[in-house]
Amino acid sequence: MADLVDAVANGNSLSETAGRINGGEKPARPGTWVLMVIRSVVKPSAYFDSVTLMLVQREVRQLPDVEEAGAVMGTDANKELLRDAGLLTSEAQAARPDDLILAVRAGSGEVAFAALRTAETLLVQRRETAATGTYRPKTVASAVRMLPGANLALISVPGRFAAGVARDALAAGLHVMLFSDNVTLDAEIELKQTATARGLLMMGPDCGTAIIGGTGLGFANRVRRGTIGIVGAAGTGIQEVASLVHRGGAGISHAIGTGGRDVSRAVGGLTALVGLTALAADPGTEVVVLISKPPASEVAGRLLGAARHLRKPVVINFVGASVANDGPLHGAHTLEEAASQAVTLVTGAPPHWPEWEALPAQEAGRLAPTQKFMRGLYSGGTLCYEALILLQRYVGPVYSNTPLDPDYALESATRSRAHTVIDMGSDEFTVGRLHPMLDPELRHRRLLREADDPEVAVILLDVVLGHGAHPDPARDLAPVIRQARERARRDGRWLPVVVSVCGTDEDPQGYEAQVAALLDAGATVQASNARAVRLAGLIAEAAGSKGSPRPPLAIPVPSQPQSLPDATHVLQLLSGPPRVINVGLELFAESLITQGAETLMVDWHPPAGGKQKFIDLLDKLDA
Amino acid sequence: MTIDEANQLAVKRILDSQPILVGIAPAAEMIPGMRRNLILHAGPPITWDRMSGPLRGAVIGGLIFEGLATDESGAVRLVEQKHVQFAPCHHHGAVGPMAGVTTASMPVYVIENRAFGTRAYSNLNEGYGKVLRYGAYGEEVLARLRWLRDVYAPIMGKALERSGGLDMKSLIAQQIQMGDEGHNRNKAGTALFARLLAPHLARTGTRTDDLAAVLTYLAENDLAVLNPVMAACKASMDAAHGIAGSTVVTCMARNGTEFGIRVSGLPDAWFTAPAEIPVGLFFPGFTQDDANPDIGDSTITETAGIGAFAMAAAPAIVKFVGGTPSMAVESTLEMYEITVAENPAFGIPQLDFRGTPTGIDIRKVVRTGITPRVNTGIAHRKAGVGQIGAGLVRPPMACFERAVEAFAATLA
Repeated sequence: MADLVDAVANGNSLSETAGRINGGEKPARPGTWVLMVIRSVVKPSAYFDSVTLMLVQREVRQLPDVEEAGAVMGTDANKELLRDAGLLTSEAQAARPDDLILAVRAGSGEVAFAALRTAETLLVQRRETAATGTYRPKTVASAVRMLPGANLALISVPGRFAAGVARDALAAGLHVMLFSDNVTLDAEIELKQTATARGLLMMGPDCGTAIIGGTGLGFANRVRRGTIGIVGAAGTGIQEVASLVHRGGAGISHAIGTGGRDVSRAVGGLTALVGLTALAADPGTEVVVLISKPPASEVAGRLLGAARHLRKPVVINFVGASVANDGPLHGAHTLEEAASQAVTLVTGAPPHWPEWEALPAQEAGRLAPTQKFMRGLYSGGTLCYEALILLQRYVGPVYSNTPLDPDYALESATRSRAHTVIDMGSDEFTVGRLHPMLDPELRHRRLLREADDPEVAVILLDVVLGHGAHPDPARDLAPVIRQARERARRDGRWLPVVVSVCGTDEDPQGYEAQVAALLDAGATVQASNARAVRLAGLIAEAAGSKGSPRPPLAIPVPSQPQSLPDATHVLQLLSGPPRVINVGLELFAESLITQGAETLMVDWHPPAGGKQKFIDLLDKLDA
Repeated sequence: MTIDEANQLAVKRILDSQPILVGIAPAAEMIPGMRRNLILHAGPPITWDRMSGPLRGAVIGGLIFEGLATDESGAVRLVEQKHVQFAPCHHHGAVGPMAGVTTASMPVYVIENRAFGTRAYSNLNEGYGKVLRYGAYGEEVLARLRWLRDVYAPIMGKALERSGGLDMKSLIAQQIQMGDEGHNRNKAGTALFARLLAPHLARTGTRTDDLAAVLTYLAENDLAVLNPVMAACKASMDAAHGIAGSTVVTCMARNGTEFGIRVSGLPDAWFTAPAEIPVGLFFPGFTQDDANPDIGDSTITETAGIGAFAMAAAPAIVKFVGGTPSMAVESTLEMYEITVAENPAFGIPQLDFRGTPTGIDIRKVVRTGITPRVNTGIAHRKAGVGQIGAGLVRPPMACFERAVEAFAATLA
């Protein structure tokens, strides 16, 4: 999901859009020449974050008679993308990295100029709403000065600048949630070692979600406060467990994200260990849930060694690997099972999640003989990974752009084959585009394409709600599902669409309303990703596929206890709502303010105007 | 010593400085290396052929004032025959507003930095209208310079001697609490200056007419104290100059053609770039098109942490920064981003007496992309027309980028 951030530096990749220009859905009549004009404007030294720019870009692109629009910072990479999109004017070519470029291709000069004016107005509006009317600090150091008691920096600037900002934040004594990805492994290790030495919590890089003291950070669901604490190296995994806990009647004390690479051998689980230690000491936490893709073996040993000695029950889901029950350790095979065990430990009874009736055999019985394969289109990375793992036992190995087995890598992520599950949040879909959780347009087009494929037996989707996500995903998705099923029906096929919704009734989008809209469109909604995967898998199995169950990787629990880091400072952070310095995406500051968290937005600009030569010189001076 | 440690030492010397105005004396007697054919000017070094209108006019006036030439053509001939030498005021421990032209027989204020035993100097402020510092050199300009030399300087010199010296740090601290920022606004500071010296002036045994003229000068010229304030800043910044490894800016100055900065750890170098044209408010009859590129040593005030850096303290002149007191506050807040210390001696009431942002770090300027803010008077492009407005300017980023490059080269 942090691809979102690096799109800042990129801009507008238009492979899909180019299809529209060349014909696509509304081909121009043969022999018709449509004259298009390109207009641009360059605003010197006007920095905007990528989400802001891409939201504006999307709105402008939707104006009548506008063919294509770009709103990007003037980096070389962005200019290249503008060129590819046929939007690069000589004026735009001359822009500097710190300049804003707005460019539009439209049916007439007037339309283009009007669109540019609209873009400018939209940007100004956003800036004014974001500004508090007082001075906006330019650096973390001065922000700390302006927000007394600040204790956490939420950083979502483009990857190549992110480590520098995180360093400043740690130096200022702040805990850090580093949402950005594309931070080097060396930088991650250095940041985490610095943090450990100072007793600070370093969540990320590539940490998409966290809940601290009841406040959701980054992409986070609104959940009831409770006594279940989560440490997770898997973003949508944390969101799934937190949402299921909430919907199962219990609540979350804190959810500490670590970033996926934390459990690699090189990083050694530094943040996960701090997180476990802090939750062990936190008086508000009764049960700890540890979620991760399978860690490097010695890191798994270290984490389990620590978990055994927390004096609290620990539920463990290493998605795709199994951990045996052992004393306080409770192994769970799916995210749902992790949530279920945690709720059971806290309330004494297993949770009941609402179930919407679906009979796989009955669904499969309505399929046409050509329909054999399942297709999954995911926005959540961990949910996609869990699907790949769970599907094996129903349909065998699955093709993917992020396959479990390299032999099953798709040649092109844009073309499915046999059973395919796609992570639409990965790089090939998010260069210059918002993450599908925010901008679902690509997934919608893909869904229709899959529906037209006579071999497709069932489509599997996730919908992620919460702060940072699309304000109303079902509103956009429901008509597409309806259209997909209708197109299949006209072609003589019955097309089941199975969806899980990750979210709660307290989320801004509202869980019930989202589910209702999807059901109304003919989708089959399941209470968890695991259940949705199982249903889709069973339908495909009933349509003739064969599973090849692979025994899950068993991770032994070491007998040696693991020494625990000092988490005194982290406990202070957990003792109340965080006071946050936000550097990067304004969206996150807005969501924090909505939640009532004290938040100060840094008016961040790329260092040295983005000029690499001076960045290098300054780094040399600061070394 | 790390760069940060060197910078802490540099700002400690700025903060520890005790600039005392001790007297007035002819430049030739006080300024090291001063001689009759040497003309000191504002900003970084410059040759005659590259000087802008106001500086050329001031040079001509200075030569006539010294009796080296009788008219413009004589003065120009003298220069072109290489009989005149030029040097920045800054190379001689001095500063001067606008053209900054200082010649041997001109009186200068003498500041003693009691903490470090060093001295700094500045010429005397001529007031408004047609004045040498804006490049005018007509008879009324020269007459005023002669009055300053022959009447004002001796009387004020005696008064200062009687007073035992005026503590400029205390004066600046007070003026900042009274609505001055010490660069474009010195109304309160000049009032304090006059009030503190009036009893001593009264006892100098001066003829009533001359005494009245001196008091009238102080009453009518809100900028009277600007020059000693600048010299006090210069004395403090020189104390921080030449500390190995420090990236603190110790001088910002303009000669009307180029903006130049100097950095503590690179003591012999100037880092220059073409001066910008200030943006501002203009007196009736003048527009932006009439403005000369940025000129003067008065940016020593910003370098020392007052002037535009203390803008929050001066709500009366917020018109320069967009019109509202909150914009003035933001101007000062922005300067904390590029400085390494706060000067507790200069508390800003509007910021709960937070000290002024002090000690510009070239690294912070380049990293944040924020150049220092400067308040300034605006000169007409043509020599002798004078001040046509006042406004804001920033130094070119290239000055700071070049300094960073040079600094990095010393580490290689």
